[in-house]
Formats: sequence, structure tokens, C-alpha cells
Amino acid sequence: MSRFNDTLLLANVSRRGILKGMAAGSALLLAARWDLSWANEQAQFGAGAMPGGWVDDPNVFIHINTDGIVTFINNRAEMGQGIRTSLAMVAADELGADWEQVRAQQANADQEKYGNQNTDGSRSMRHWYDPIRRAAAAARMMLEQAAANQWGVPVHEVQAEVHKVVHPASGRELGFGELANAASEREVPNREALVLKPDSALRFIGKESGLINGDVKSAHPKAIDGEDIVTGKAVFGADVDLEGTLYAVIARPPVYGAKVKSVDDSDALNVTGVNRVLRIEGTDQPGAFNPLGGVAVVASNTWAAMEGRRALKIEWDLEAAGDNANYTTDAYRKALEEAAQSPGKVIRQSGDVDKALEEAATRVSATYYMPHMAQAPMEPPVAVVRITEGKAEAWAPIQNPRATREGIAAALGIDQENVTVHQTLLGGGFGRKSKPDFVTEAARVAQHFEGQPIKLQWSREDDIQHAYFHAVSVDHLDAGLDSGGNATSWRHRTLSPSITSLFAPDPEHKAEFELGMGFNTMPFNIPSIRLENPPAPAHVRIGWFRSVYNLPHAWAIQSFAHEMAVAAGKDHRDYVLELLGPDRQVHNLTVGDGWNYGEDPDLHPIDIARMRRVIERATDEAGWGRETSSGRGLGLAFHHSFVSYTAVVFDAEVSDEGEVTIHRADIAFDCGPQANPERIRSQMEGSVVMGIGVALQSEVTFKDGVAQQSNFDSYLIPRMPNAPKVLRVHLIDNPNDAMGGVGEPGFPPVAPALCNAIYAATGKRIRRLPVGNQLS
Amino acid sequence: MINLTINGQQHELDIPDNMPLLWAIRDVVGMKGTKFGCGIAQCGACTVHLNGVATRSCVTPVSAATGEITTIEGMADDPVGKKVQQAWLDLGVAQCGYCQGGQIMNATALLKRTPEPETQAIVDEMAGNLCRCGTYNRILAAIERVSTEEASS
Ligand code: FES
Ligand code: FES
Repeated sequence: MSRFNDTLLLANVSRRGILKGMAAGSALLLAARWDLSWANEQAQFGAGAMPGGWVDDPNVFIHINTDGIVTFINNRAEMGQGIRTSLAMVAADELGADWEQVRAQQANADQEKYGNQNTDGSRSMRHWYDPIRRAAAAARMMLEQAAANQWGVPVHEVQAEVHKVVHPASGRELGFGELANAASEREVPNREALVLKPDSALRFIGKESGLINGDVKSAHPKAIDGEDIVTGKAVFGADVDLEGTLYAVIARPPVYGAKVKSVDDSDALNVTGVNRVLRIEGTDQPGAFNPLGGVAVVASNTWAAMEGRRALKIEWDLEAAGDNANYTTDAYRKALEEAAQSPGKVIRQSGDVDKALEEAATRVSATYYMPHMAQAPMEPPVAVVRITEGKAEAWAPIQNPRATREGIAAALGIDQENVTVHQTLLGGGFGRKSKPDFVTEAARVAQHFEGQPIKLQWSREDDIQHAYFHAVSVDHLDAGLDSGGNATSWRHRTLSPSITSLFAPDPEHKAEFELGMGFNTMPFNIPSIRLENPPAPAHVRIGWFRSVYNLPHAWAIQSFAHEMAVAAGKDHRDYVLELLGPDRQVHNLTVGDGWNYGEDPDLHPIDIARMRRVIERATDEAGWGRETSSGRGLGLAFHHSFVSYTAVVFDAEVSDEGEVTIHRADIAFDCGPQANPERIRSQMEGSVVMGIGVALQSEVTFKDGVAQQSNFDSYLIPRMPNAPKVLRVHLIDNPNDAMGGVGEPGFPPVAPALCNAIYAATGKRIRRLPVGNQLS
Repeated sequence: MINLTINGQQHELDIPDNMPLLWAIRDVVGMKGTKFGCGIAQCGACTVHLNGVATRSCVTPVSAATGEITTIEGMADDPVGKKVQQAWLDLGVAQCGYCQGGQIMNATALLKRTPEPETQAIVDEMAGNLCRCGTYNRILAAIERVSTEEASS
């Protein structure tokens, strides 16, 4: 609430007035947007506010060889979102490069040189689109200048075409490769002197290609890593192959905070191939990104290490874990549900909610539960570290190279200068690989093997039992409706352990950035609103999972809005459009959100018209209102997150045995300007499928502090039969708003949309996830 | 000594009989295309062909791996495997790509056995291959693309 004050509000409103004026004249639009985002980058928002900030030096990102090969240096983690392809395409388009001659090379961890490298928050494209275009434009102008000099003509007479510079007056031309050396000696033009290509000259940016809802109308520019992936040549973390590698696994404490009391390693050391057994120190809570500690087994291959671990006899000191050793999710859920009955810390308030609830003609109340989940990227955590003469070198699939470097340096007590981190491809991340604990573990083992590479492999059991778990959550909502079914009041209490408990004594309340994920930014136009956050302590490591707290907030709010529509006897779509109210822009500060995903609320307010448009698009495409056979129904949900807008409609059928078949899913998405629509579609498809797992299957429970699931036979994620039979992605053409995120915002509304469809099909309301066998 | 024939090449390895084929391929032979995802035959990331049959190498002891082993690295030399790889590229199937070697191995084994499978048969056959990125709709479309080409050729 501290940031919600009048002075700040006034200042922002008046500034926004100016900006709007600038954007209004359409001829000025491009220039105005350009200036705005640039200003934005220098302010306390966006890329400029990130550690390491942004860099737009062409010499950092674009290398042109004399043979014409253009190498784009990619500074963001590739984890399936396609950023190596999409950012390289942005560069190639602005530069004028022939896509066949473009390669990508992964930057090492070095934020001083490459700018921010922390790949999370769905930020890569929205923070790097402008700097990379500028870098490429500068490189193109350097090539043009080099050609003009060589020909002795004024630079305005020459122009870059695809992979060459031409002088139309004389018909001369020189290839990028032929100009590479001369161009590299040119000064980098000033930012003010840069001229970007007009939209009409672009070949890739914003262009649809590849598979679009079942059809291929035109080939897509080939994916940078596509060929390597289908031939088995792509190098993920575990595929790094260094001479003399030893393989390690670690037996970790079963409870967060427990320690090794004693270990008998005699049987382990008898396993063929086992070389050594080592104690790994854990750290005290809060554990941050530090190793959990335990016992490492080092062997000549991964399997021997795993067999050796199986043969260890370890006694754990559970007392060190304190309260965590009593953590049982069933009891915890009940405790939170009870706590949700009493008021909590007030986060946002307008009107007199209690009075309005009392006076309501109809009152709707519901409590929703979302369990812990593990990110479970298909590639479990793994890292290779080699330490030689006080210098460490690491190869790992990590989302956060900077934190990885810091973690290794701190663990070894050496300077960061002496730590080199190579980033491999990630076999999925979803937030798990933002935490480099597994790389630090490898460094702790490698300390004992001077000059020898240690490959530390997590098993799937390790991954699921020692995840940084998605926070468990209880959301309780009450709404009052008048006699016409219109909402007069909305009270929402959210209870969930905070990620900040990883880094500081447990605050037991959600932080501003956690509340800002769809809780206080709830967009409904209701006269009386009170949002509260009662306490919820953490007993395991809580961490980011794709879209983070948007998941429980969207699931509760979108389920509840449907319950209100049902209580009012109104069509769900009509009802939520009314709840949203008239088209308008809700400034984040007016709802107490001073975070806004790090973006300037003047450029990225909560835009009700954009929300409405995705709802209309998804429902229209899905044939909302059509008759379905019995046992089958349509369900809708929508959400605003990572400054983008998503709506989802499911057509689902539930059999008498409680089996869910998904006939169709329609997802409409608005992220403003689209850099690479082909990969945006693939992210939306993936979000729908993963979200189906959140709704139907995925749950980690704890008993006495121990995770009860361990592999894909007990921690269930979607398989091909769970996917929608028909999956349609509808991208909203909206090049004029500021660019939003893509990797995460498709995900939050999926689970509630499916649960709403299940209600439409069966009349059974799901209030506890996953659905599991609740329908049978 | 264990003898393995991988993509037509002989390997004589000094390893225990019960070592899973996956780790022999990855850590001992040093071929990295075959992936570890679960170790208990739940995900299919480790799928290879053993005498043409899609096999989970993580639960196959090397002693049982007698005959021809083909891995993802050998698929480009297989006429059906090559078409499958091309369909994967044309449709932009992969996201992170970690599961896709196993998906391609499983799909190729299916298409070699049944060149024009029914949709439901594909879904059933591919149910053992997990993709956390959620690329199932594109995987299905790519398999059907190869099967349609088969039908029209
Ligand atoms: S690793 Fe073999 S099936 Fe998962
Ligand atoms: S593409 Fe990432 S797991 Fe399948």
C-alpha cells in the first residue's frame, strides 16, 4: 500500500497524458514508439531496470565473417521458447542478412559485456527487441559506409539489400562478407543517427509462417537448433563431453533443512566403478540457491554413481529441519482454509465490502486450493564443473548465468573473475533452472578433484523431491450480487507461502511482486472490493514455476467469476464482460501494484479493451453458446499477466467413469507487437498442454516433510492422450501497444477454463486441484 | 566383455552385464543423442531401436541388447527416419528438443511397422513419450504428415 499514494499517482497521470498525445498522430507512431521505449529503457523500468541492463553495441552481438557467415551472439537462455531463433531473426531482418547464412553462438555468463542474462519473467523479447534492432541497424550502416567509401560515393547513394550493399546508380555491389573487414573498422554510429527499417521492408519480424492451426501455408525460416535437435546433435547440459569426466550424484536430506548425522559408505565403495564418497555441506535456512547438502557418490559413469548412492546407509538429523519435519500438506491445507475465514493484511480496498456483502441479495462464497507442483523440466538438473589451479569452469543448462557464477565463486571462496560459465541448451526450464543450486553442488564436488571435470546428474526422483516447489495456495472469495445478479462486492483472501522465504526470514506474506501477479491487478469493475493476504509460512523451498503466483490467482478468480455467473443465472461470457466494465485503462498504481512486471505502467496499464478482445476472439472462434451433447461443455477463462492478455475456451467431455476428453481448445492471445508469431503459437500450444496437467494431474504432497511423489509414475504430467484433439491459437493483431511477454502468460487461464468446462459438462464444481479422481 | 552394435558399428565394452543400455551408450560409448528423463520407462526420452523395435534403453540391461541397436544419430540413414526428421522440421515440432530424439525414435518405429496408422493408433503408441513443453499436437501432425506422404506416393 505504501506505493499507492496521491503524489505518485498524479505525477504518472500527467506524464501519461503527454505520452498519449505523442502516440496519437499515426504518422508519428513509429518514431514516437521508438523514442518512448528508448526513454523507458533509461528509466527505472523495463530492460534498463534489470541488473546489467541492456547493451546495443553491434560489436557485442553481431559478427560477420569474410565468407559472409553472420554469427549472432545470443545472450539469453534457450529453453524451448525459441529465443535463439527469434532474436537472431530480429537481428537478421534489421541487418538484411540472408537467413541461410545466419548462425547463433551462445554468450558465456558476463553481464558487464552482454547486459542482463537472467532469462525469466517472459522478458527476453520485450527487453531485447529494441537493443538488438539497434545493434543490427548500426552494423548495417557500418557496412553501407564501408561500401560507399570503397566506391568513393556518398553513403546516401548506397543501400543494403539481402546480404549485400548496392550502388544502384552504377550497378555495383559488394557482399556482406566482402565488406566485413572494412566495416569492422568503422565507428559505431551514434544512437541518434540510427535509422531503422520501415515495417514494409521487414522480411521476418511479425510475419506469420509455418504451422498455423493445422496448416502450413508457407515454410518458416528454419529454426537455429532445429537440425541439431532432430539428429541428436544438440548439446544440452548432460551432453557436454570432456576428457576424463567423473560422474556424481548426491543423496540429499529428505526434509528441507535436515543434515547428515552419519554415513556408512562401505557398501557404496564396493560398487564397481565407484571412486569416492564425499559429504556435501548444506547451508542454514533460508537456503537461497545453495546446495541442500548430503552425500555425494563419484564414479566412472552415471549408473555406477546411482548404484553407489543406493548402497549408502545414511542417518539424517531431522532436528536440524525444525518444524519442516512435521510438514504435511493435508493438515496445512486445512489450516490455511481455516485461516482464510478470518481477515488478513489488507492489500487493496475500495467501498465498504462487509456492508455490501451483508446487504447483498445473493452471496457467493468459495474456497480454492492449488497444490505444490514441481517444474519437472524434461532434462533434470545437471552440471559439469572443472576446477584447475583456483579457476572454475562450468557448463550447465541455466536460466540465470550471473547467479550461477556468483554461486560457484561464493562456494569456492574465489573471485568471480575466476569463474567461467558456459551456457548449454536447456531441456526445459520453467523456472527450475533459475536456481543454480545444482551447479554449485557440482563445484563443491569438483573441489576435491583438481583438474578433473565432474558431471553432477540429478535423477528424476531428485528433481521432483527436491524441487523449488510451486507454492501451495488457498484462495477464499466472497461476492455479493444484487437482485439483478450484478456484482456489488468482491472480497478475496489469498494465502500462500512466499518465494521471498528463500532469501530472508519467512515474511509469511506475499511480496509486492507476488501480489502483482493477478491478485491486486484483478480488473473487475465492482463498487466494493477488499483484497487481503493472511499469513502462510513456508516449510519447503518455494520457487518460481512458469507464471508463478498468476497460477493460483487466475485459477481462483476465474473459477469464482464463473460461479458468480451461475448464481446470477447469466451466460458466463456476457457476465464477465459486464464485470470488466467499460473499455478503459486501469493504471497499476490505482490498484496498489507498484511492480507491473518491472514495466512502466504508463506504457503497460491494465487495458480492459485488450482483455475484452481476447475474450471475444476465443469465444467466437470456439463457437461459444453452441449446443453440446450431454456430458460435454464449454468453459472460459482469461487473464492478464507479464503485460500480455490471454483467453482460453475448452470444449471438454467427461465420461461416466470420470475420464476427461478434451475435444478442442481455443486460445486467444495479445502480446502487442509480435516478433516471431511462429514461436508465439508454439508457446501458446505448450501453455495449453501444460495447463491441462495443472488442472487434471500434477501434485506434490508432503508427509512429515517428505515429498510423496518421486517420478513420472506418481507425479503425473500430460501425455499425448491428454492433449486437446484440436488446438487453435488466435493471435490478436495489435502492433501499436507496447510489447508484452509470451513464455508465461498463456499458462494461467488454462486450468480454470478447463475446470469451468468440466462444470458445464457435469455440474460438478472443482475447488481443489488437481481434478484427479474427483469426477469418478 | 559386452558387445554392442550401434548404428552398424561394433563396440566392445568392459562393463557390468546389468548396466542399462542408456548409460552404456551415453557415458561409455559417448553418444549423447539418447537422453535420460526418468530411468524407469515412464518418459521415452531414452528410446532406441533394438532390432527395429522401439525400446526404453534406461531399463534394458546391456546383456539383453543383442542385435542391432539404432539411436537417433542413426536416423538420418534410415529412409523413414529421415522423413520423420524432415516433418519435424517442417512443422516446427520441437520446443526445447530434449524429448524429441525419443519421440522421433518411437514415431519412426511405428511408421516402419504401420506406414499409415489411424490417429488413435498414433496417440496410443506415443502415449509413453512425455514432452514437458507440450508439443503433442505438432508431434501428431508431423506423424500424420509422413503417413499422408506415404499414402500419396
Ligand atoms: S529415461 Fe527411459 S523412459 Fe525415461
Ligand atoms: S520439446 Fe521440450 S520436452 Fe519435448
